[in-house]
Amino acid sequence: MSNKKLAIIATKGTLDWGYPPFILASTAAALGYDVEIFFTFYGLQLLKRKMKVSVSPLGNPGMPMPMGMDKWFPVIGTAIPGMQSIMTMMMKQKMKSKGVASLEELRDLCLEAEVKMVACQMTVDLFDMNPADFINDVTFGGAATFFEFAGEADITLYI
Amino acid sequence: MANFDQELDASGLNCPLPILRAKKSLAGMDAGQVLHIIATDPGSVKDFEAFAKQTGNELMESKEEGGKFVFLIKKN
Repeated sequence: MSNKKLAIIATKGTLDWGYPPFILASTAAALGYDVEIFFTFYGLQLLKRKMKVSVSPLGNPGMPMPMGMDKWFPVIGTAIPGMQSIMTMMMKQKMKSKGVASLEELRDLCLEAEVKMVACQMTVDLFDMNPADFINDVTFGGAATFFEFAGEADITLYI
Repeated sequence: MANFDQELDASGLNCPLPILRAKKSLAGMDAGQVLHIIATDPGSVKDFEAFAKQTGNELMESKEEGGKFVFLIKKN
């Protein structure tokens, strides 16, 4: 019997949204799935050798803020310069204290489990990204490349 | 106390790390050998059930012991 297959499209490049693709991919691989992730648009940030991703409270009313800040802090406050780096720092600290893996660690675990990572060539060109900034294990391809794998997939997720 | 061949302490680790570490440990073991896992993530109780079901490894025991979750998985 051939393995089950999971195909994921990763479109978001923030600290919080970087988690679902890597968590699901690494877990599926541990369960015996063949996994491929297609990174497009902002999702390409997750393939950078040095991942510089943040989380923003701006326009995100669902984000729990420390010290009840979401209760008394005006919405406009989330746009204050420096707020994003403060929130990113706090989020990273919280994750560490709760034993949540870093994105880099999860990405390494994915690669170790032979999760295939494909970067969208069109977006790389569009944003003038340097392929040398990406991790070595990336291949480059387009929509047809994605369908080559996804067409046979048991599960396909757009994240 | 049941016998086991290898132990994995996944205390303090959160989803999906206990599962990934267990998978790695099992990969280095022989069929029939038993892995003893200690975890603190409450989500790991359901997750190890699901892991065993999907990978064909046998979850021989799953219990709570002094605020920690303890599992015995036999490699198939």
